[in-house]
Amino acid sequence: MDAETKTDEKPAHSSLKIRRARSEDIDHVIALDARITGLAKPDYWHDIFERYRQRRLEERFFLVAVSDQHPETILGYVVGEIRAWEFGSTPCGWVFALSVDPDARLQHIGERLFEAISDEFRRAGVDKLRTMVARDTPLHMTFFRSEGMMAGPYIQLEKSIEAPTKSKTGS
Amino acid sequence: MKLQIASRLAIYALLDLAAHPDRQVSVAEISEKYGISTHHLAKVMHTLGRSNLVRAVRGAGGGYQFSGNAKRTTLLDIVQLFESFVQEEGEQSGLGGNTETDRALRQVLDEIDDIARATLGSITIATMLKLIDAHRVRDRNDTEMAAPHA
Repeated sequence: MDAETKTDEKPAHSSLKIRRARSEDIDHVIALDARITGLAKPDYWHDIFERYRQRRLEERFFLVAVSDQHPETILGYVVGEIRAWEFGSTPCGWVFALSVDPDARLQHIGERLFEAISDEFRRAGVDKLRTMVARDTPLHMTFFRSEGMMAGPYIQLEKSIEAPTKSKTGS
Repeated sequence: MKLQIASRLAIYALLDLAAHPDRQVSVAEISEKYGISTHHLAKVMHTLGRSNLVRAVRGAGGGYQFSGNAKRTTLLDIVQLFESFVQEEGEQSGLGGNTETDRALRQVLDEIDDIARATLGSITIATMLKLIDAHRVRDRNDTEMAAPHA
């Protein structure tokens, strides 16, 4: 809890532009993701670029935030797609990546990216947006909550499927 | 899940004060609005004051004023001032005798606690104020829809 500062908000970024990602953005996105997560995933991002920048663009959205002054610098990105009929789920917008440059936070860039992809989903004909976040990452959780997201009708489950270790008797 | 009365009172009071951060609101006003005892609320406000979430303003027109950070203070932060709403690590009721059955049941109950903690820990006062506004708009729309048209 931080009761010391009443607000740490900066003014909204004045010349922000949200657009579809382009091939020249990929290295910047990889670098930004690596900076935030501490893990570079070039293969993953090249695959995402190939799938979300080239095919079924009417239901796949890879958006980046740039400033007018430095259009080559990626300040943030959001990636999502329309998913349908997973265990009966009617078509919905699904966001699976959203990041903002740590030096550019608290300027409503995440909010603008979220609104932009919501608009894309709406135009594509869906009226629900879903995502999945780790419950121990307060930054993501509080951000999506602040955008009005609540628990949905599905719950995420998991199971360890490691090979069982054999007992000494071999049974 | 159920919260203790003190936690609920603290949340009500903080949301009222944070909605009008420049205004001072008296304990009597908040008590009246929610139909709660001024004595109980005064104790709650004292705890909130010690945590720097509210400040007491003395004199005529005095009362309490919100002094926290609405975008950083979560419901979990508030609740934890008044209760430990989940079982602490190693805390056991004595029931179950630490059997396999007891451990399996605790695994399920811990899952529920973890989800409750994550929910309360992700909702800030600012988010709650937005949610309240959304309810207000919905109520107004419902009222307008229900009103007979002239």
